[in-house]
Amino acid sequence: MPLRDTAPKLSPEAYEKNFAEIAPAMTPRQSAIEAARCLYCFDAPCTIACPTHIDVPAFIKKISTSNMRGSAREILSANILGHSCGRVCPTEALCEGACVMHEKGESPIEIGRLQRYAVDYVLDNRIQLFRAGAPNGKHVACVGSGPASLACAAELAKWGYDVTIFDRNKLPGGLNTYGIAAYKTRAADSVDEVELIKQLGVKFRQKMEAGRDVAFADLEQQFDAVFLGVGLGETWALNLPGESLHGVYGAIEFIEKTKVQPFQEVEVGRRVACIGAGNTAIDVVTAARRLGAEIVYLIYRRGEPEMPAFAYEYQLAKQDAVSFLWQTQPVRVLGYAGVVTGLECVRTQRGSPDSKGRRSAVPVPGTEFQIDVDMVVRAVGQKPATEFLKSITGVEINSDGTVKINELHQTGHPKYFAGGDCTNGGKEVVDAVADGMAAARGLDAWLGSPRSLKR
Amino acid sequence: MADLTVKFAGITSPNPFWLASGPPSNTGGQVMRAFDAGWGGAVWKTIGEPIVNTSSRYGAIDLNGVKMMGFNNIELISDRPSEINFREIYEVKKRYPKNLVIASLMVESKRESWHAMVRRAEDAGSDALELNFGCPHGMSERGMGAAVGQVPEYTEMITSWVKEVARIPVIVKLTPNVTSVTHIAAAAERGGADAVSLINTINSLMGVDLTSFAPRPVVGGKSSHGGYCGPAVKPIALHLLSTVAKNSRIPISGIGGIGYWSDAAEHIALGASTVQVCTAAMHFGFRIVEDMIDGLSQYMDDRGFRTIEDFRGRAVPNVRDWGDLDLNYKVIAKIDPQLCIGCQLCYVACEDGAHQCIESYKDSTKKNTGGFGVHVPRIIEEECVGCNLCALVCPVENCITMKQIDAGEPPMSWNDRVRQSSNTLSLPFPSGD
Repeated sequence: MPLRDTAPKLSPEAYEKNFAEIAPAMTPRQSAIEAARCLYCFDAPCTIACPTHIDVPAFIKKISTSNMRGSAREILSANILGHSCGRVCPTEALCEGACVMHEKGESPIEIGRLQRYAVDYVLDNRIQLFRAGAPNGKHVACVGSGPASLACAAELAKWGYDVTIFDRNKLPGGLNTYGIAAYKTRAADSVDEVELIKQLGVKFRQKMEAGRDVAFADLEQQFDAVFLGVGLGETWALNLPGESLHGVYGAIEFIEKTKVQPFQEVEVGRRVACIGAGNTAIDVVTAARRLGAEIVYLIYRRGEPEMPAFAYEYQLAKQDAVSFLWQTQPVRVLGYAGVVTGLECVRTQRGSPDSKGRRSAVPVPGTEFQIDVDMVVRAVGQKPATEFLKSITGVEINSDGTVKINELHQTGHPKYFAGGDCTNGGKEVVDAVADGMAAARGLDAWLGSPRSLKR
Repeated sequence: MADLTVKFAGITSPNPFWLASGPPSNTGGQVMRAFDAGWGGAVWKTIGEPIVNTSSRYGAIDLNGVKMMGFNNIELISDRPSEINFREIYEVKKRYPKNLVIASLMVESKRESWHAMVRRAEDAGSDALELNFGCPHGMSERGMGAAVGQVPEYTEMITSWVKEVARIPVIVKLTPNVTSVTHIAAAAERGGADAVSLINTINSLMGVDLTSFAPRPVVGGKSSHGGYCGPAVKPIALHLLSTVAKNSRIPISGIGGIGYWSDAAEHIALGASTVQVCTAAMHFGFRIVEDMIDGLSQYMDDRGFRTIEDFRGRAVPNVRDWGDLDLNYKVIAKIDPQLCIGCQLCYVACEDGAHQCIESYKDSTKKNTGGFGVHVPRIIEEECVGCNLCALVCPVENCITMKQIDAGEPPMSWNDRVRQSSNTLSLPFPSGD
């Protein structure tokens, strides 16, 4: 069933231009100049700010000395997904935010781009930096192939574990492949990066959903331990009348289309409303505009100051000429013949602060209004994959739906470890990597840090 | 408005800025463009029997993206016949009578050869002669350049030959590639030199290509030692200049690492009457002299110096033997926490590279704009020896300053202590054996 009205198709060149990388690769000269700016701080704030604690001054110094392999090793040994983190990390809120250059009155070192420059060198030249450890006889399954699982698998493989990743998707990489705005990274970049993990002998079983295509009981039997890096579930519903009309999508579902389909084949309304104001909402509205949607609304029940998206993400949406409807709440989705035709909203005012100090939004009766849209995207966060996780006997779930883990990242079932969005409720790629690595250490400790088998 | 004219060994220069003998002063066309740009004088590229040069011939050292911190060359003297050089000198002097043209000369070490060359240079209208006793490469192997300038007797002898016929001032250019430049300067003075200039370039090898293992600058996979110059050599030049200034009675033209007016002012403060510039002109062109003139004038106006002579040599008496320095003069480092950016370079430098007098940050009460902690270290004042290292590594201007403190003792130098103790019992230090 088609949408009521779709955005006019653009030329293939226009799509490529619209989705061109916003932070393109550095040239050797740019990287040399930028690397030379780095002060080589001692006990550097950038390293402290990085969840994976990459030794940033060390890798930048190595770029300066043309030791590219050493630079990439410095990055990837701390964070095997250093390449995608270099592209997608909210560096302004992490390493670059902590850079001492701010206090010096200069722009911070472009750590993210330098990091990508260094890792590109080994990826482009197909240089293998790491090798699998001599087999220790232990087998581990990782469920899901997103950043947490990949990081966990890479660590374990280096220590001699035989690791198999089970993933329900066609392509590996999880949200790194399917869920990041196309102008930041393409699916192919993420899949390329997975090669680094494959080089370590990690086996990938794509389109093998645990609990469906392979039973948990079998995993438990065949493997010494299982890591759960399953991320989150579907986007929360709005519970509005008309939500089941054709033309209402979840944010992740919509973004995924821009990652796996040619841009000209991604269906997008001529007028689009996106509910929510987080970083995913920004991905949605910018993607819609870049796909050719003429009017795109970002609808948020609170005001601009409360917007959860990072400042530079907000800036992207403003540059894409998105219309922001602050203090506005959707009331019902309007439709005709089963297809979305509009959205009824109501104005809100600030109410009393909630437990986090954020003011609630209170609808103001009588301020209802309707906007004419062809598509509505829900970007109000993802549900925890509670049902899925509950199907694993012994794994306990916290009240917020996240997996309960101990300091080893071990779940209620001792054979199961977990990390990433399914334990932290949804954070950045780099946090998932840190989690995956921590879980690998926990798992290794629980198994008694087995060393290689003498043969 | 400051008067920049300089009287130097009997000739007058419109300002103290001369092009040093080198590639920028190779032809009449270049020298005239330099005079148009404002240079007061030019020491012509050394004239002698024409030579054949190599390709390539220059090398450089860059530092953290800054190009040509140090520079070297294996180029020889002028590769053009002397008659062409002298004809061009004549033409230049005809058009620029007020600017100085100094002919740099180098010929085989024979009295009659020098006599002939001196006469030809004078006939061309040169204002002065500079004897190139310093070129460290190529010519020295042929018994010229540094081969003369490294031996006081030769320096004195050839200078005296030149003085036998010269009617214009004779400047002897000194090589730094000697154990003591003052001996050579004294020899030149004994030979009758009217002035000396220093330094010529320093023996150097610029590096090695780690793929081909060819040293730089590469000539068919090989290289040879060449003359080092550029910003990196200024401290060496200033030191040698100060030793000559202390011991010599004749005027000095300062050379080495001059790129800005302030470099020139430092040379002047250490005794130079004029300064010579080559590398900076090779890097940026003749136009750099505009700010050299402007900046020096501003400085002199600000300081109330009417002429160059008003501050020339002022720093010379302050260059002392180490034994004369006051051992009871104390400074300690102060960190301005407002300016500190938290890089902790001072901490690691002091901890690993100096005297362990800085403590790493304890907490981050100071926050940057993004709310991240700024790691301000702390000077352990009672331990600080006042070495300057922290202030030198600090990337923020004025963040770490060295403050004088009262040591509670009257001034006392090493020499004072030696003198006092020899009056009493023994030397304060046990002797070496």
